[in-house]
Amino acid sequence: MKVNIEINGRATAEEVEDRTLLVHYIRDVVGLTGTNVGCDTTSCGACTVLLDGESVKSCTMLAAQADGHAVTTVEGLGANGELHPVQRAFREQHGLQCGFCTPGMMMASVSLLNENPKPSRDEVRAALEGNLCRCTGYHNIVSAVMDASVQEVEG
Amino acid sequence: MSLMGTRVVRIEDQKLITSGGVYVDDLREPLLNGAAHAVFVRSPLAHARILGVDASAAREAPGVVAVFTAADLDITKDDDPRMEPWLAGEKVRYVGEPVALVLTDHRYQLADAAELVDVDYDPLPAVIGFDAAINGDTLLFDGTDGNVVQRNGGPFDDATFDGCETVVTHTIVNQRVAPAPLETRGASCAWGEDGRVTAWLSTQNAQIGRGSIAAGLGVDPALVRVVAPDVGGGFGAKIGAPDEAVVLAWAAKRIGRGVRWTETRSENLTAMTHGRAQRQVITIGGRRDGTVEAFRLHVEQDLGAYARAAFLPTLTELMASGVYHFPVVETESIAVCTTTTPIGAYRGAGRPEATAAVERAMDLFAAEIGMDPAEVRRINFIRPEEFPFTTGSGANYDTGEYAAVLDKVLAAARYPELRAEQAKRRESGDVVALGIGVSTYVEITGGDASGESGRVDINPDGTVTAYTGSSPHGQGLATTLVMLLSDRLGIPMDRITLRYGDTDEVPKAVGTFGSRSLQLGGSAVAQAADQVIERARELAADLLEASPDDIELNLADGVWQVRGAAGAGTVSWSSVAERADPPLSEDVWFADGKPTFPFGAHVAVVEVDTATGKVRVRRMVAGDDAGPVVNPLTFRGQRHGGLAQGVAQALLEIMDYDEDGNPVTATLADYSFITAPELPDFELVDSETPTTRNLLGVKGIGEAATIGSTPAVQSAVVDALAHLGVRHVDMPATPQRVWQAINDAKEAV
Repeated sequence: MKVNIEINGRATAEEVEDRTLLVHYIRDVVGLTGTNVGCDTTSCGACTVLLDGESVKSCTMLAAQADGHAVTTVEGLGANGELHPVQRAFREQHGLQCGFCTPGMMMASVSLLNENPKPSRDEVRAALEGNLCRCTGYHNIVSAVMDASVQEVEG
Repeated sequence: MSLMGTRVVRIEDQKLITSGGVYVDDLREPLLNGAAHAVFVRSPLAHARILGVDASAAREAPGVVAVFTAADLDITKDDDPRMEPWLAGEKVRYVGEPVALVLTDHRYQLADAAELVDVDYDPLPAVIGFDAAINGDTLLFDGTDGNVVQRNGGPFDDATFDGCETVVTHTIVNQRVAPAPLETRGASCAWGEDGRVTAWLSTQNAQIGRGSIAAGLGVDPALVRVVAPDVGGGFGAKIGAPDEAVVLAWAAKRIGRGVRWTETRSENLTAMTHGRAQRQVITIGGRRDGTVEAFRLHVEQDLGAYARAAFLPTLTELMASGVYHFPVVETESIAVCTTTTPIGAYRGAGRPEATAAVERAMDLFAAEIGMDPAEVRRINFIRPEEFPFTTGSGANYDTGEYAAVLDKVLAAARYPELRAEQAKRRESGDVVALGIGVSTYVEITGGDASGESGRVDINPDGTVTAYTGSSPHGQGLATTLVMLLSDRLGIPMDRITLRYGDTDEVPKAVGTFGSRSLQLGGSAVAQAADQVIERARELAADLLEASPDDIELNLADGVWQVRGAAGAGTVSWSSVAERADPPLSEDVWFADGKPTFPFGAHVAVVEVDTATGKVRVRRMVAGDDAGPVVNPLTFRGQRHGGLAQGVAQALLEIMDYDEDGNPVTATLADYSFITAPELPDFELVDSETPTTRNLLGVKGIGEAATIGSTPAVQSAVVDALAHLGVRHVDMPATPQRVWQAINDAKEAV
């Protein structure tokens, strides 16, 4: 089937197998490899992207379901060569180590801050429950989200 | 001003936060154009004879390039009865063991084709657990006399505990867990027209991987290039090359096409090595004044189906007595094979098991004599003036300030207030009990002591290209090493490029494991830089027409000048490098580094709902001393991650099997991978005690916090229930186990 999906502000239109997952459309068809696959049970959140501004796990959605919608991936997070505040905060607070969960973690964080611009540290933890990280122990990820929301980092 | 000890944000991050890392599955290398996709058909049974494999239907399926089974392989291994085959041909010995390789044109064809590979299995009894392995009714390997593959130490002296006023013994389990890096394993292989194979591996050690692939294929290592691209976490489970990589390199040659392989998560949870998996019997004896007189550790190590990690119980024995000066230490270990996923290194690898054993023993001893657990520890510590100290199990500790770090952590935790709160809750009959767990630990880093490579080139434009044998994959080591070089050379960090993880660029190296990288890899690049400086001094002396003895490197400005005559002119690194013939490059193998012994103290504070058994971690206070800190940002990051994995093992994570050898926690939906809301903010206490055993005075920090935190949390759970008569809860302290422990204690009264 043919799908039309706007990715990071750019229209894409490709012929795909019906069963193509959105994450494979992004990675293998469009060629944006920043979005990662970390599991096969919708548990880890590494593949999190924004669909019309809201976070979704792109491994649990068919490309067909995104037909006619707009997707934002990590590659589209910054604008005009400037880092998004969440990107800047992840770097400044050492909110990443190996980097594999990071694109999904940042997209989930962006979505969280859209819904709750001034979360507490506990609210950040709760909101990121569906995004797994093996390296950071989450402490600095929480700090990064606090920083990005222009709040005191240490609760 | 020196960069040492200053907070420097990572040079690694720009790419990772904008376009994402380039992991194995992200590679778009020309050599991989048109590469076939690969999947391994894996055993669904724990133990079975293979009567036949029929791949004919799979070979006819859409997009299938080739299907290979053991019968197709013409690479061999040693003729050892316990040999692990490349692909299982006669028997399978764990769920997840590879039986066949399927190659297709497209990724989505893999699962369809793999389904069509028909393997005829004749099931055999599973061997699950230590008792089944030791009694040997079912053998994993035909022609052997048992499932025990290694015995160390012992026999114990019957009189060891004679004369002790108190002796406590307990059997405890250090459960099997999954390393679970966020990136699963992956490899891509392609042969070039030059007859060389390139293997891109998600690995911690490209050079070890090259050795394995060359040996496996039976080719000269010069014909093998291994590249570690960005690696999404390793934790010890990505050391070297997996057997799959050898089979893939072989297959790529056979089909005349590149191959790409990334395992699924559910595959990863049974096919990647697991960690820990020990049962221990601890016995401790001493006086009622708190003095321990003897400690005995019996270790049973489950190695899984194949003995990849027989070194683990040896390390556990080596570190058995922890931070304590016990007059008598006795250890022995027995390592067995079972029909489960092979065990390998996992964050700490043998040392968390040692620490858990001795810390549990100290708690049991303290409970028995009615003394505060922190006080019992303090009484038995090795004192600062006793270093270097050789333990009863043969470890030679370098430096330690065990009481000092414990006191700092207890102060930061406000320990007396916590005890008061605990007493108050107990008096009021609060259903939520407070538990305070104290652990102190020492571990061994760079324990292999086999050295590391480092090379520093000063380019004619004054920039630096440095090469390290270490293999950073998340630790922030690239930033740390560039800081070290900048500090020594007086050249800004942004003019220094660090290369690693490609065997063509760094042919000789060990890589990253065992928290070795800063102490060995860091010392190597530092030594190379020092040698570059000495050569440059001679060159600068010529340019400035002065004696080399009078020449100094002005670190602030990064220029060479005559001492005491700064006004007399300077020469730049660029001028010096331009003059150098041969080029200004020093390549060293740092072999002087001996193992070091980081240490620390952790306090865990938990709340246990005694009605449901649910544990909530309220605080984690950690003091981890690994000598001088280069970059506190990444140093703390390593500790954070370590703490989380310790809490995870203590409370949540277990790779569990049923009696037939079926893994019951083999997806991320079933495996209790720790999440953000299950952890508190971490409270870190600083302590820096240098070692004399390497150029930088540093010790490793990668694993320390996992080693310290695991027993602290377990201890806190037990402590919360002490007033109910509970003396031990095995890990993970799940609600069900905690509730059961409370119930058992009630019934025992």
